[in-house]
Amino acid sequence: MEKRTNWPVTILITLGSLLIIFPLYMAISIALKNPQELAQSALSFPINWHWENFTRAIEATNFFSALKNSAVITIFTLVFTILSNSMVAYAIARNMHRKLFKTLYFYFVSALFIPFPIIMLPVVKQTSALGLNNPAGLILLYVVYGMAMNIFIYVGYIRSIPQELEEAAIVDGCSTWGVFWKVIFPLLTPINATVGILTCLWAWNDFLLPLIILSDSADATLPLVQYVFQTEFGTDYNLAFASYLLALAPMVLLYLFAQRWVIGGVVKGAIK
Amino acid sequence: MKEDNPAIQAQNISPKVASKTKRKMKSREMAYYLMVLPAVILFAAFHTFPALQGIYYSFTNWNGISLEYDFVGLKNYINLFKDVTVLDSYLFTFKFAILAAILVNIISLAVAIGLNSKIKGRNFFRAVYFLPNVLSVLIVGFIFNFFFTNILPDLGEKYKIEFLTTNILGIADFAWIGILLVFVWQACAFNIILYLSGLQTVPSELYEASSLDGANKWQQFWKVTFPMIAPFFTINMVLSMKNSLMVFDQIVAMTGGGPGNSTTSISLLIYTGGFSGGEFAFQSANAVIYFIVIMLISVFQLKILQKREMDM
Repeated sequence: MEKRTNWPVTILITLGSLLIIFPLYMAISIALKNPQELAQSALSFPINWHWENFTRAIEATNFFSALKNSAVITIFTLVFTILSNSMVAYAIARNMHRKLFKTLYFYFVSALFIPFPIIMLPVVKQTSALGLNNPAGLILLYVVYGMAMNIFIYVGYIRSIPQELEEAAIVDGCSTWGVFWKVIFPLLTPINATVGILTCLWAWNDFLLPLIILSDSADATLPLVQYVFQTEFGTDYNLAFASYLLALAPMVLLYLFAQRWVIGGVVKGAIK
Repeated sequence: MKEDNPAIQAQNISPKVASKTKRKMKSREMAYYLMVLPAVILFAAFHTFPALQGIYYSFTNWNGISLEYDFVGLKNYINLFKDVTVLDSYLFTFKFAILAAILVNIISLAVAIGLNSKIKGRNFFRAVYFLPNVLSVLIVGFIFNFFFTNILPDLGEKYKIEFLTTNILGIADFAWIGILLVFVWQACAFNIILYLSGLQTVPSELYEASSLDGANKWQQFWKVTFPMIAPFFTINMVLSMKNSLMVFDQIVAMTGGGPGNSTTSISLLIYTGGFSGGEFAFQSANAVIYFIVIMLISVFQLKILQKREMDM
C-alpha cells in the first residue's frame, strides 16, 4: 500500500474537525467577553478576557456545591457499580449451566430493551415514598439500572477467563468469596476500566434521572443546575456560557489526560 | 464441583473428611446464591416492580396525586389513538429517529474511513471527533440554542441570507431541523469510533488484492470494506435508532417541545403529561405502547440486518 500522506483526506478531516471545535470556540469566546463586546460580535476572538464572568457564575450557581454533588454521585456510583456488578456477573458466568442462573442472566440483560419512560412515572412515586429522593437514592438507581449493560459486558469477559486459576485457589482452600476477590477481581482490571468509564460518563452527564429524583435543590448536579438557572441567566449570556463551561470542564480535562484510555474503554464496551 | 465427589470417595478418604468436603461444597454453592441475591432483590424492586406498576396504572384513571382511582379497562389505550398530541409526538419521534439514524451512520462511516486512511495527526483528530461524547447533552443543547437564536440570524442579516434571519427553533415547521443537527453533531462521536475500530479489523491484503484486480475505490468500498464491517453497521444502526427514539435532553434545552407541540418527542410527552399534566395513568398507557414499539423495532432491525450480514 502507498505510504504517502493522503493530503486531500487530511484537509477534509481537518475541515470536519472545525465543525466539532466551532461550538466550543463559540462558548469560550462568549464566556470571556462582556455584554458590549458580545453585542459587537459573538464570534470574534476575545481581546479583553473577562474572567469575572467565571467568578460571577461560581457565585450565582453555587458551582462548588453542584460540583461536589456531581462528584459524590459519580464516585459512589462508580465504586458500587464495579464492586457489585462484577461480583454478580461472576456468580452468573460460572453457573451458566444451571437453569436458575441462566434465567437470571436473561432477566438482567433483557432490561436493555425496556425504555426508561415506562419506569419513570412509578419510580418517582416509589423513591419519594421510601425517602430516596436524594443523592443516595440516585446512586442506588444508577447502580441498579447499569446492571443490564454491565452484566452483559462482564459475563462475556469472565467466561473467557480459564477456570484453572480458580481451581488452583480452591485446592489451596480458598472460599468462593476469596476466589473472586483475590483471583478473579484483579484479572478484571481492563474490563473494570471499560465499565468504569461508561458509568462515569453516564452518571456525570445524565440529566433526566436527577431531574425527576432529586427533590432538594441543594442536591442538584451540574447539568441540573444549568437547567434550573436557565431562567435566571436570562439574557446575561456571558454569565450563562461561563457557567456552561465550568460545568463541562471537569470531564473535558479528564478526557484530555486520559483520552486514549477513554476511547479504548468505550470501544471495548460496545464491541462485546 | 459435583463431578469431583465420586473421585474423592474413590480415593477412600475417611468419612469425616468426606463430610467436611461436602460441607465446604455447600458453602461454596451458597456463596454464589448470596452474591446474586441482593442484586436480584434491588433490581426487582427498582426496575421490574415500577415497570409492572406502570402497566397496572395504565388501566386506571389515576392522576398521580389523588388518593382514589378507578379501573377504566382499555379506555386509556383507546384514547391514545384518538389523541392528536400523542399521534403527533409519534410522528415527530419517528421522523426524527429515522433521519437521525441515517445521517449519523453515513457521516460517521465517512469520517471513520477518512480517519483510517493515511492522514497526518490521526490520533489527534480521533480525539477531537470523540470529544462531543464526553459532553453533557443538555449543556450542548443550550450552547446550540444560542447559536440558532442569535448567531445564525445575525449572520443572515449581515450577509443578507434571507432564510437565516429568523430563528429556526421558533418556526413550527423547521424547529426539528435544529434539534436533529445537534443530535447528529453529538451522536456521531461514538459511532465514528466504533466504525474506526471496525475498519481496523479489515486486513490490508484484501485491499491490495482488490486493487490488483482493478477495483476502483467505490467498488472497493462496497465489495470489500462494507461487507467486512457489516456487524458494526448493525450495532451502530440499532444503537443510534434506539438513542434517537429516546431523544429528550436536547429538546428540553432548545425548544421545550415547541413551538406548539411540533418538537414534542414521546419521552418528553410522557414526562410533561405524566408529572405536571395530571395524566399519570394516560401517559403510563402511552409508555406501555412506546415500550412495545421499541421492542418491535429493535427485534425487527436485528433480524433484517443480521440476515443482510449473512447474505454478504
